[in-house]
Amino acid sequence: MADHASDGLAGRLAEIRARHPQSEPGMVAEVVHAVLATMSGDLSAQETSLLAEVEALGHTIAHAKAEIAALRVDDIRDNHIPFATDELDAIVEHTATATNAILTSCELLDQVAGDLTGEPATKLQDATTRIYEACSFQDITGQRITKVVATLKTIEAKVTQIVETFGNGAGGMEAEVSAPTEAALLNGPQHPAVAMDQSDIDRLLASFE
Amino acid sequence: MPIDKSMNVLIVDDYKTMLRIIRNLLKQIEFNNVEEATDGAEALAKLRGGSFGLVISDWNMVPMTGLQLLQEVRADARLKTMPFIMITAESKVENVVAAKQAGVSNYIVKPFNAETLREKIEKVLGHG
Repeated sequence: MADHASDGLAGRLAEIRARHPQSEPGMVAEVVHAVLATMSGDLSAQETSLLAEVEALGHTIAHAKAEIAALRVDDIRDNHIPFATDELDAIVEHTATATNAILTSCELLDQVAGDLTGEPATKLQDATTRIYEACSFQDITGQRITKVVATLKTIEAKVTQIVETFGNGAGGMEAEVSAPTEAALLNGPQHPAVAMDQSDIDRLLASFE
Repeated sequence: MPIDKSMNVLIVDDYKTMLRIIRNLLKQIEFNNVEEATDGAEALAKLRGGSFGLVISDWNMVPMTGLQLLQEVRADARLKTMPFIMITAESKVENVVAAKQAGVSNYIVKPFNAETLREKIEKVLGHG
């Protein structure tokens, strides 16, 4: 009895698949519902329960698909991410302009220090040294912002892939391409909490000698 | 023997603000003959066409990285013993190891201070 029902079910599913080769998640629930309705007399309680679960799964997938569509990924891709990257670019540009203005003033102070002697000259030069050191923040923040922009672009690509997978059924997720050896080394500034400082690097270099 | 501070120093960075900062810090420790290059290829051309006593280079540049520049320098018969300091924000162990294997003379992690720069220069020029 069960074998007869299974054969019948397999046949009917094959027929439906042939008619709908690119089935949508919502269609799964519809198909299961139709199968249940037409086969109620042929199915065991276990098979009926299983098909009910498949039907529920179909509803869940259709619901997830609708939620993903509601994310408006095209809006994220076309507006939000370009806006965020433009803002970050502007931050880099503004801080670069400010840093160069500070450096110009600092170079002038250095010239003044050259005309002085004794303690005032030393104090002024010490101060300009600290300013030069501090101005390197611009390079570090620029590299950090570049990393953030790269992260945004990765998010954009991943979300687009998810929507394409669920929405159009076009291909699965692509495997990540492994980076060339040196590119993998270029990660920019590390977070201070985990980065090696100069003394760590000095120790590491000394270990080679 | 004191360091010859009249030597030509080549600083290499694709970020002009950083070149300006390093140039000023070098000036404060009395290295006044400083030339700049904004990428590895330009640096290599200057090194091959001139006479320098020290190279201070960033790593993260395109198209030629600081590491590739270092490898080119070490592969060049005339330049292979050139003191070469890498100044970079890349501070992972594998970066330092790769630089050392390529023959770097010393390695400074950004952000750095003037004292670290002075100390490393003295060390690679044999006075540290």
